[in-house]
Amino acid sequence: MLKTFIIGIKDLRLAFRDRAALIFMLAAPFALTLGLGLVTGRFSGNSSGISDIPVIIVNLDKKELGNALEDLFSSQDLAELVEPVSGSSPEAARQSVDEDKSAAAIIIPEGFTNSIIPSQADFANGNEPEAIQIEVYANPSRPTSAGIIKSIVDEFISRVEEGQVSAQTSILQMILSGRITPEQAEQAGIEMGQRLQNSPNVDTLAIKLNSTTADGEAVQFDILAYLAPGMALMFLMYTVSHGGRSILAEKAQGTLPRMLVTPTNSMQILGGKVFGIFLTGAAQMLILIGATTLLFQLKWGDGFGVVMLVFAAVFAATGWGMLITALARTTAQVANVGSAIMLIFGILGGSFISLEQMPLAVQTFSKITPNAWALDGFTTLGLGGTLADLFAPITALLTMGIILFLTSVVLFGKKNLVQK
Amino acid sequence: MPNILEVKNLVKNYGDFQAVKGVSFEIAEGEIFSLLGPNGAGKTTTISMLSTLYTPTSGDATIGGHSISKDPMGVRNIIGVVPQDLALYEDLTAKENLIFWGQMYGLSGKSLASRVDEVLGQIGLTDKAKDRVKTYSGGMKRRVNIGVGLLHKPRLLFMDEPTVGIDPQSRRAILDTVKDLNKQGMTVLYTTHYMEEAEELSDRVGIIDHGQLIAIGTQKELTKQVGETETLILHISENDDPEALAKAFRDIKEVLEANVVNTEISVITPSAKDVLAAVVTKANERGIKIHSIDIREPNLEAVFLHLTGRALRD
Repeated sequence: MLKTFIIGIKDLRLAFRDRAALIFMLAAPFALTLGLGLVTGRFSGNSSGISDIPVIIVNLDKKELGNALEDLFSSQDLAELVEPVSGSSPEAARQSVDEDKSAAAIIIPEGFTNSIIPSQADFANGNEPEAIQIEVYANPSRPTSAGIIKSIVDEFISRVEEGQVSAQTSILQMILSGRITPEQAEQAGIEMGQRLQNSPNVDTLAIKLNSTTADGEAVQFDILAYLAPGMALMFLMYTVSHGGRSILAEKAQGTLPRMLVTPTNSMQILGGKVFGIFLTGAAQMLILIGATTLLFQLKWGDGFGVVMLVFAAVFAATGWGMLITALARTTAQVANVGSAIMLIFGILGGSFISLEQMPLAVQTFSKITPNAWALDGFTTLGLGGTLADLFAPITALLTMGIILFLTSVVLFGKKNLVQK
Repeated sequence: MPNILEVKNLVKNYGDFQAVKGVSFEIAEGEIFSLLGPNGAGKTTTISMLSTLYTPTSGDATIGGHSISKDPMGVRNIIGVVPQDLALYEDLTAKENLIFWGQMYGLSGKSLASRVDEVLGQIGLTDKAKDRVKTYSGGMKRRVNIGVGLLHKPRLLFMDEPTVGIDPQSRRAILDTVKDLNKQGMTVLYTTHYMEEAEELSDRVGIIDHGQLIAIGTQKELTKQVGETETLILHISENDDPEALAKAFRDIKEVLEANVVNTEISVITPSAKDVLAAVVTKANERGIKIHSIDIREPNLEAVFLHLTGRALRD
């Protein structure tokens, strides 16, 4: 185990002393992110790069809160971002999403307002209203757009819940102090809500693409939060193929045979090489994340989630690097195949063009790439998600990595890489 | 002294090609043993099997009582290997290289640090320890390559043609290092195709050709195989006919053999001084000018020539 660690650290050190590799690992993704950010107008501050998201709203509530949510999506502030359409049937709305005509359907059930603001009779009788939830039916092939819609709804619900707690507390206090009777409670609640809505201090929630993180901080979706991980992930594939190539390079330069005549077994050596690739990839990703955070004020989202997602993505990418190395015979083959895979996975995984704009077949095929899963995860985090929201991408990435590692080990065994 | 290495019928096949054909020999503790042979003779393959890098097709060897087939880890703990080609990380410094390889041999902490410093001193690179290896000359790189093999104080050191492609000064330094290590008690298995190195260093020599060990013994024992002969080496002009002159030499009574390599004629005889006058006369009779004449005592080159019919450098 110790020798595996030592070999990994040695490879990390060598990777960061290789100037040519550093250009591909750090300078190229950073420059491309910067360039694409300029192209999309991110640095002029007037565009998110995403617009006219088709969303279908089925308002079965037809009361104050349901109408407020519907109005929110039709507001001037969201006019460029979303293209809302009213629907009457939840089934038809879901079908529209299934047919990829909408990024999401928002279904506001009947009684939603009453579940938040109890009726006079319920209040007088002390009945707890039944909890009713808004359904956001998301289109899986448009994760970014669906995520934005979801974040707007989440923000709306969050504000409503905050208001509900405050209002209930205030009205209860007024009843207990004898200022109003229980019969007057419903009317007092409605008046309170109207006053709050008209207050100039209330920040209308939807103006930005806001959602709320666990600590309550508002997070604005940033196109760079899509571009930067896309570029970092694409060049991560370069790093892992470069790392894989070092196995064959060490064989050719004699250091691998030399390791094999020390009291170190071949599994320790192979493990060390894999660990070195993983460390290098993780360092590359974390440096890029750190640099874009500092220089572009890019908010990647929940820190713990970002780190876990980086580790999972690098693990899966390392698996690909090992597979390429196990299949190739020379360092030149690894370099050529690695470059091709980097570009193909970059395109397939959505590093250049959002997957939402690609045919369904391509979107399905993209799931073989670590890029697509990781980008999905980074988008979730960029929209305010946390580690708990990353179950699917992290599980997929870890599964991918395990399958690729096992396949590579079998291939290395057949290839008899080091022994003659 | 007891044997540290015992090799029994070691064979290595690559498909139909047999690279090593049943080699057997022993090395006593504290000895310098050279495997002498031309390129492609099987020296590196033999060392690679003994150092547990390659698996023998058949046969076995024990090093310090550990079988190379059954207990490779036991073997690796007591051997050091200096490969023919440089096996270093050129983007690391000499010190970083030594630390890494020391860790691969299980050294750590203070013992690692002190051994690294000792070895840096031993190979004369203390002042350059923090420079990256890629900035070194060929000779300096060779010294680091040797230093790596010494870190864990191995009982048996394999050195596979460590002087190939380096300048005479570095070569001299390496040969002196080998002698010093041996004086300190280290056993050395040295492979070379340079007869002079084998003669200078070795207690015993094994001559290997086409995968077979064709002779083994001390230098004296080996040269006895070609008898008590001396060799006259004559250099003539390119325009003259060396084959015709060699044929004329063979007519001299005391000449046992006369061979031609380019413009050089080697004449093997029991007594060089007895045939010298006759050789010069034969050349004068043909109007051939002799540029130089050397008289050589029996050596390993002659042994190889005697055993294979070819010069070592062929």
